[in-house]
Amino acid sequence: MKVLVTAKRVIDPYVKVRVKSDGTGVETANIKMTINPFCEIAVEQAVRMKEAGIVTEIVVVSIGPIQCQETIRTAMAMGADRGILVEMAEEAQPLAVAKILKAIIEKEQPRLVIMGKQAIDDDSNQCGQMVAALLGWPQATHISNVTINGDTADITREIDGGLEKLTVNLPAVVTADLRLNEPRYVTLPNIMKAKKKPLENIKPDALGVDVKPRLKTLKVAEPASRSAGVKVADAKELVAKLKNEARVI
Amino acid sequence: MAILVIAEHDGKNLKPGTTNTITAAGKLGGDVTVLVAGHNCAEAGAAAAKVKGVAKVLVSDAPQFEGALAENITALVLSVAKSYTHIVAPATGMGKNFMPRVAALLDVQQISDISSVVSADTFVRPTYAGNVMATVQSSDAIKVITVRATAFDPAGDGGSAPVEALAATPAAGLSKFNGQELTKSARPELTAARIIVSGGRGMGSAENFKILEPLADKLGAAVGASRAAVDSGFVPNDYQVGQTGKIVAPEMYVAVGISGAIQHLAGMKDSKVIVAINKDAEAPLFSIASYWIVDDLFKVVPELVTELG
Repeated sequence: MKVLVTAKRVIDPYVKVRVKSDGTGVETANIKMTINPFCEIAVEQAVRMKEAGIVTEIVVVSIGPIQCQETIRTAMAMGADRGILVEMAEEAQPLAVAKILKAIIEKEQPRLVIMGKQAIDDDSNQCGQMVAALLGWPQATHISNVTINGDTADITREIDGGLEKLTVNLPAVVTADLRLNEPRYVTLPNIMKAKKKPLENIKPDALGVDVKPRLKTLKVAEPASRSAGVKVADAKELVAKLKNEARVI
Repeated sequence: MAILVIAEHDGKNLKPGTTNTITAAGKLGGDVTVLVAGHNCAEAGAAAAKVKGVAKVLVSDAPQFEGALAENITALVLSVAKSYTHIVAPATGMGKNFMPRVAALLDVQQISDISSVVSADTFVRPTYAGNVMATVQSSDAIKVITVRATAFDPAGDGGSAPVEALAATPAAGLSKFNGQELTKSARPELTAARIIVSGGRGMGSAENFKILEPLADKLGAAVGASRAAVDSGFVPNDYQVGQTGKIVAPEMYVAVGISGAIQHLAGMKDSKVIVAINKDAEAPLFSIASYWIVDDLFKVVPELVTELG
């Protein structure tokens, strides 16, 4: 079966993000970028399913500026077979991303779409659910396990109080949570191999979808900082402070 | 303005987060209707009617709403969506799951995880693990919003709203709910706890993690963990506090053996009092802590238990 995975290019999670001085956005010039960690888990899942003989082809899609080719090459170095870049300079909001993916999925006809549960830049946690909705497919978000059984998939989801078990009909959209797997490191030979894999570059216009943003960002700012605390010597002093100063116990 | 809040509940009571969401909905300026969907959920409907600020409660009680399958809840919400200007739910596991589905089918760009209401169409939401607060304005006719519960006070009792039955929509037949395995604990839920004791990579092992239990017992606290502790297999994922786990803001957060990665701070930095215990004097968590001790946690934690008496 064919699987489609997505790979968003984001600011590296270990970089301290800075707001531009004019409050219009965050600094991205000369900042280290990477594949969204949850997308990386999604790619890893697809590759493992291919290694297990369940999946025959992995198509990876990224949406954004031309540099997203690097993100796609990373996914290919992990084991994805073919890439599609939907090139757009402006920000694609989740609904626009979902519409783009729907158009590509209708053309590619995968049996399963695996995405990250959220991108660590805008923290929206929307795209997978929206894609499933627009296609009329079932969804399983925040998954920690997926087993394919013919025309259905058995799913374990991470929920607030523990785990949830679902069976979804295929085709379906699933979104990866942290414990689904531990992504592999890409090796140099695989990076070289990835450079030869096919990568198609298309524009949103070619897909005939409306990608106009619906949300206007009026300003961005850093959150209010906390007032400075104090170092205490030991447990005894701490308990005294918590009782008499903070009055929380 | 007409606002629809979708409640999260366990059949009897509203889950923590829903009453905070009702407070956020009240700030939009308009009548707040609460939708309680589930199976055998009449009691939860009655509980919603008692919340202050609620004008009406809709209860839809049917087997297909058990487990709150996103496909089935979405169909129900869409059956009434056009009567409202705002559709609002807590940004919990449930809200995150079905709300984008509702938004997509209404052709609306959802606004996730709002921490402040500026006006009926403008909201503040944290991005980049809470390091960047974005003020966004929606141009959509219906606003679909999820709410960061910790940013709003819970609405109290004192309401007496009428309860109406809402006809159930049929099951979508796309997925099947096979049950839940909930972590059993006598402790308060993380998102509702007044005090949280949380452990990180510094705990060293699942066995060592247990030394936090007597401390949590003394404080009547919930137990949480950093992503590193979850990754290392010390505790289940539902303990996770952080950008991709639970967002908490208790009266006191005691971080033990947690260095304080940005992703963890994102989930707890709005706690009123933060206590950090770490042997590394350079731990980033100290920069936001109210009180901190630089010492071996395996020495300090038992001492704390003794001092608390």
